[in-house]
Amino acid sequence: ATGAYPKRVKVVEVGPRDGLQNEKNVVPTPVKINLINMLSETGLQVIEATSFVSPKWVPQMADHTEVMQGINKLPGISYPVLTPNLKGFQAAVAAGAKEVSIFGAASEMFTKKNINCSIEESLERFDEVMKAAREASIPVRGYVSCVLGCPYEGKISAAKVAEVSKKMYSMGCYEISLGDTIGVGTPGSMKEMLTVVMKEVPVGALAVHCHDTYGQALANILVALQMGVSVVDASVAGLGGCPYARGASGNVATEDLVYMLNGLGIHTGVDLQKLMDTGTFICNALNRKTNSKVSQASCRL
Amino acid sequence: QEPQASGLPEYIKIVEVGPRDGLQNEKVIVPTDIKIELINQLSKTGLPAIEVTSFVSSKWVPQMADHKEVMKGIERHPGVQYPVLTPNLQGLHSAIAAGAAEVSVFGAASESFCKMNINCSIEESIERFEEVTKSARNMNIPVRGYVSCALGCPYEGNVVPDKVAEVSKRLYSMGCYEISLGDTIGVGTPGSMKKMLEAVMKEVPLSALAVHCHDTYGQALANILTAIQMGVAVVDSSVAGLGGCPYAKGATGNVATEDVIYMLNGLGINTGVNLCAVMEAGNFICTALNKKTNSKVAQASFSTGTID
Repeated sequence: ATGAYPKRVKVVEVGPRDGLQNEKNVVPTPVKINLINMLSETGLQVIEATSFVSPKWVPQMADHTEVMQGINKLPGISYPVLTPNLKGFQAAVAAGAKEVSIFGAASEMFTKKNINCSIEESLERFDEVMKAAREASIPVRGYVSCVLGCPYEGKISAAKVAEVSKKMYSMGCYEISLGDTIGVGTPGSMKEMLTVVMKEVPVGALAVHCHDTYGQALANILVALQMGVSVVDASVAGLGGCPYARGASGNVATEDLVYMLNGLGIHTGVDLQKLMDTGTFICNALNRKTNSKVSQASCRL
Repeated sequence: QEPQASGLPEYIKIVEVGPRDGLQNEKVIVPTDIKIELINQLSKTGLPAIEVTSFVSSKWVPQMADHKEVMKGIERHPGVQYPVLTPNLQGLHSAIAAGAAEVSVFGAASESFCKMNINCSIEESIERFEEVTKSARNMNIPVRGYVSCALGCPYEGNVVPDKVAEVSKRLYSMGCYEISLGDTIGVGTPGSMKKMLEAVMKEVPLSALAVHCHDTYGQALANILTAIQMGVAVVDSSVAGLGGCPYAKGATGNVATEDVIYMLNGLGINTGVNLCAVMEAGNFICTALNKKTNSKVAQASFSTGTID
């Protein structure tokens, strides 16, 4: 049975951060600002703007303060930013951030390789951020990476995903975005993982962040929707390749997601044409072809 | 993963359309020996059905001009079907003479599409197919029916599900053992797929239905998932996602067999197909065509050098 779908889905646009972070070419600040401003006109309610991480680690996000201060912040739209630690959090708030995100992972090896500590230690680090955020009344979104597979460990147990998600939810994250970081998941593993996670975290607090590296993203998202998830992350033009499979794609394209949701009669509030125009803009600026099939198909020569 | 527990079919038959539908929509004319080698490689992957060629006039489809040579040149593996397209009686006789043991006829759910494609109405095309089907069945040759534009038409736009049901029923009643419902321009979504299948399932038994999804708007796997959740157990696909869309320049067409199998494997559904072997065949034909694969699984696998 196909099951009932949510009537509304919140689309979280991660192109300016997750997308650009995984693009080879460093994008000038004015282009980033224009991208975010254009996205703000599409009806998207959440646009992840940048990451307050050290430029030594992520040169693409070195202009985080300028971007945060330079964008038009439209009422009703949230502009969350990544804050890997207290220092980043403080810089973000000083630059005007009103929502932040923290990143956990369901894989010990991935955490070790990425931030050189254990999962336990990484969550302890975030305790400080959570405390400061609480005091400043700033909502925090939690990400869990590698929920359907890890580039180092391979298979990841659903129980582990549930454990980390529960921990982050208990720490005070209002929403947990479950990321299929290397896109290996299928509707089978997505269903299995969500079944276990939903025992620990209410479905209303869950989001899915699917990568399209193996072409499975929309099918995985469909299953998540069937199970009651109503928040989906995506990246305009499918920006952001996969750092673990050279030449392969990464984020699912927001255009393709919205096309599917429209076809299901699910309300998103997003104007697909304006979104495609924004995708065209950033692809021209990056001198690359779009990863969105909807965009490709709609360009008739 | 238990497919039965989730209401999914235990086994799904994959119909490989790369050598015909795929190559027919590729710009570069592929030499006969390459076509034969591709089909021979596909025969070793476990695929139960491989659409070989089309017995259509070479004036219309130059890519398929070598249909006789291909049909006669391929290895025929036991347990594998090798259907060919036969648009009319002439094509059917030619196909049989060349050794074909299964044929396909192509209908459409859109009058405009039918007119533009074969210059006649749906009704006239059905009459033509009745001749072919009757003749084929007299010789114990099974006939597969295709219905194009099942989820939308490049000329008419929206296509009414009842029309798809009507054409499907006609093809089934005349003796087609299976009806492959084609989202010809890939505009369908899980929403329209569900509505269309609900209408068709009133007229044709589920076990006789197949879906032929195009990935032009990236919706193919989601549409296929919806179909299999409704019990459809036959899926058409094309190795390496061969075959662009003739109606949207530069856009993709057929869904890639590799990506479909990856999804079905993940769902615990048996297909009998070896994914690695299909990727190798895909690699072979893309090298021969000097093009990049349209399969995301192949792209991801070849770049890491490992397959999950």
